[in-house]
Amino acid sequence: MTDLRRATRVAYRDRIAEVLARDPRTVCVDTDTGLFQGVDFGAAAHRYVNVGIAEHNAMGLAAGLAAGGFTPFVHTFATFAAMRAAEAVKIDIAYNALPVRIAATHSGLSAGHFGPTHHALEDLAVMRCLPNMTVVVPADAAGTEALLEQTLGLPGPLYLRLGRKPTPPLPAGAAPPRLGFAQVLRTGPDVLLVACGPHPVHAALGAAELLAADGIRAGVLNMHTVKPLDVPALLAHSAGRALVVTVEEHWRAGGLGGAVAEALAESGPVRVLRLGVDDTFASVVGDHDALARHYGIDPASVAGRIRSALSVGPPVIEEELHHGHRLSRM
Amino acid sequence: MSVPLTELSAGAAFAGHAARIREHIVAMCSGPEGGHLGGSMSLVEILTALYFGVLRVDPAAPADPDRDVFLLSKGHGAIALYATLAERGFLDPAELAGFGTWGSRLMAHPVRAVPGVELPTGSLGHGLALGAGFALAARLDGRPGRAYVVMGDGELQEGSVWESAMGAAAQRLDNLVAVVDRNGLQISGRTEDVCALEPLAQRWRTFGWSVREAPGHDLDALVGALGSTPWEPGRPSLLLADTTKGAGLPFVAGAVHSHFATLSVRQLARARAALAAGTGGGGRD
Ligand SMILES: Cc1ncc(C[n+]2csc(CCOP(=O)(O)OP(=O)(O)O)c2C)c(N)n1
Ligand SMILES: [Mg+2]
Repeated sequence: MTDLRRATRVAYRDRIAEVLARDPRTVCVDTDTGLFQGVDFGAAAHRYVNVGIAEHNAMGLAAGLAAGGFTPFVHTFATFAAMRAAEAVKIDIAYNALPVRIAATHSGLSAGHFGPTHHALEDLAVMRCLPNMTVVVPADAAGTEALLEQTLGLPGPLYLRLGRKPTPPLPAGAAPPRLGFAQVLRTGPDVLLVACGPHPVHAALGAAELLAADGIRAGVLNMHTVKPLDVPALLAHSAGRALVVTVEEHWRAGGLGGAVAEALAESGPVRVLRLGVDDTFASVVGDHDALARHYGIDPASVAGRIRSALSVGPPVIEEELHHGHRLSRM
Repeated sequence: MSVPLTELSAGAAFAGHAARIREHIVAMCSGPEGGHLGGSMSLVEILTALYFGVLRVDPAAPADPDRDVFLLSKGHGAIALYATLAERGFLDPAELAGFGTWGSRLMAHPVRAVPGVELPTGSLGHGLALGAGFALAARLDGRPGRAYVVMGDGELQEGSVWESAMGAAAQRLDNLVAVVDRNGLQISGRTEDVCALEPLAQRWRTFGWSVREAPGHDLDALVGALGSTPWEPGRPSLLLADTTKGAGLPFVAGAVHSHFATLSVRQLARARAALAAGTGGGGRD
């Protein structure tokens, strides 16, 4: 059997030389990531600029390039884009609505045993709260290629969240993702699962399959565009459902779950269960798969959480129970 | 708590430690997730000199308020640090075999759960500020403790390093010692091709530091320099250690691709043979 798994960052990397060759106004800004080792930019080689290990400088430089009429693609790890260089992203890029493309690798837990300094579990919260930013999280290699192509003409900035190691393709048959529109992977009248990124979308699909065996019919949306959020699709697919469940590789605060909860809070009474990484820095050591499983981002855990949510009634505030991190409410 | 005294030269006394640290490093790079091979091998003599010849630390009292503090600002050299801590008695060498795997506490960047690790590092450009903070705390408390920070040369491209450099000199922190692992390489090439650092010694001097250079795989030279700070009262000290990335392994020494490796069984055997034969040298010479 051939291994169809492919890393989203590799799919992206393999396209970017072509993008640079095609459009003379594009620039590749690198920060010693190693992503482009062996890539031949050909006649566009002078538009590959490696600024070294200097993420803030890279973002500021990209903003200047964009203000000067170019479309820069900046490359760094997701957590360095969202945290190390955050102020340049906010003020220099987002404030000016400049067409800078931030391609962020090693997102979520994909850095595995590299540990919390390299995990990016805050980046969606940071990026999606910035005005003018478009936030895209491809769920597989083919989706990365399709979405990259559709973002090329965006007038404003883009945050493209990529992984590290190979991940499996989405099941064949789904229509290709369209920027700004949820990709409907499965429909079902009982529960709606909303997910983004490779592990979460596969966990959601697998959970829906497991729930079907129990007679619970779940729909699955691949919410690859986290901002702007496809609220019409969310409302249409959640109407009348007993539960909406978000799954993401992000701390439970502020990411896709936050976005979905915010949108649904304004529109109607539907319960939202947010699944993601606990409110803690990982202290366990393991590869990407092991960490995702540990934090419940796998089919069995997601299905189990949904079963108990459906049978037990209104949830407790999990973060507080899990970690004894109780705030006084008096 | 005292620096181990010896009649032997540092090189003769500590060479065995350095050799065993190298063996641990290659073994850890043969695990399923691989390891940062090159930048760990270039650190071996620097860490050996510090932990056996310079630092006032005691595995039996890792939180002694009068201890010296060590920070591996280039946190991706964690396996070299873990191996050194094991060799120095802070952790059981058997634990190293679990590096990076489920159930272990050894991540690819230093974690505080490991005895002897003061603070987590891994995002480059943080360690010098932390070291300055420890040095300032010791001074405010009137404690004898000194802070030692090891940085990569590529790491120096982070602007935060230079804020800390300026700040530590302004605070006249002469109990702060920084070492640059000057192996000339970063992930994507030579530092001088990517974003040039030279004239590096001069740059640090103009930032107010007392600067020396030493062959980075020569234990006598390293212990001599690092054991005699402050070199100028009122100034923090910076040692530029001239090293070779991947030192000890002739098939990767000085090569960009040594940065990260997952050694196969065959490569591990080859690495062990090279270390045993000493063909990769402690460095270039
Ligand atoms: C802020 C930050 N940016 C990027 C990285 C990814 N990274 C890890 S090691 C490395 C190269 C480091 O080069 P250098 O400091 O020279 O280390 P050495 O050659 O000793 O391995 C990079 C870019 C990081 N860990 N932290
Ligand atoms: Mg280097």
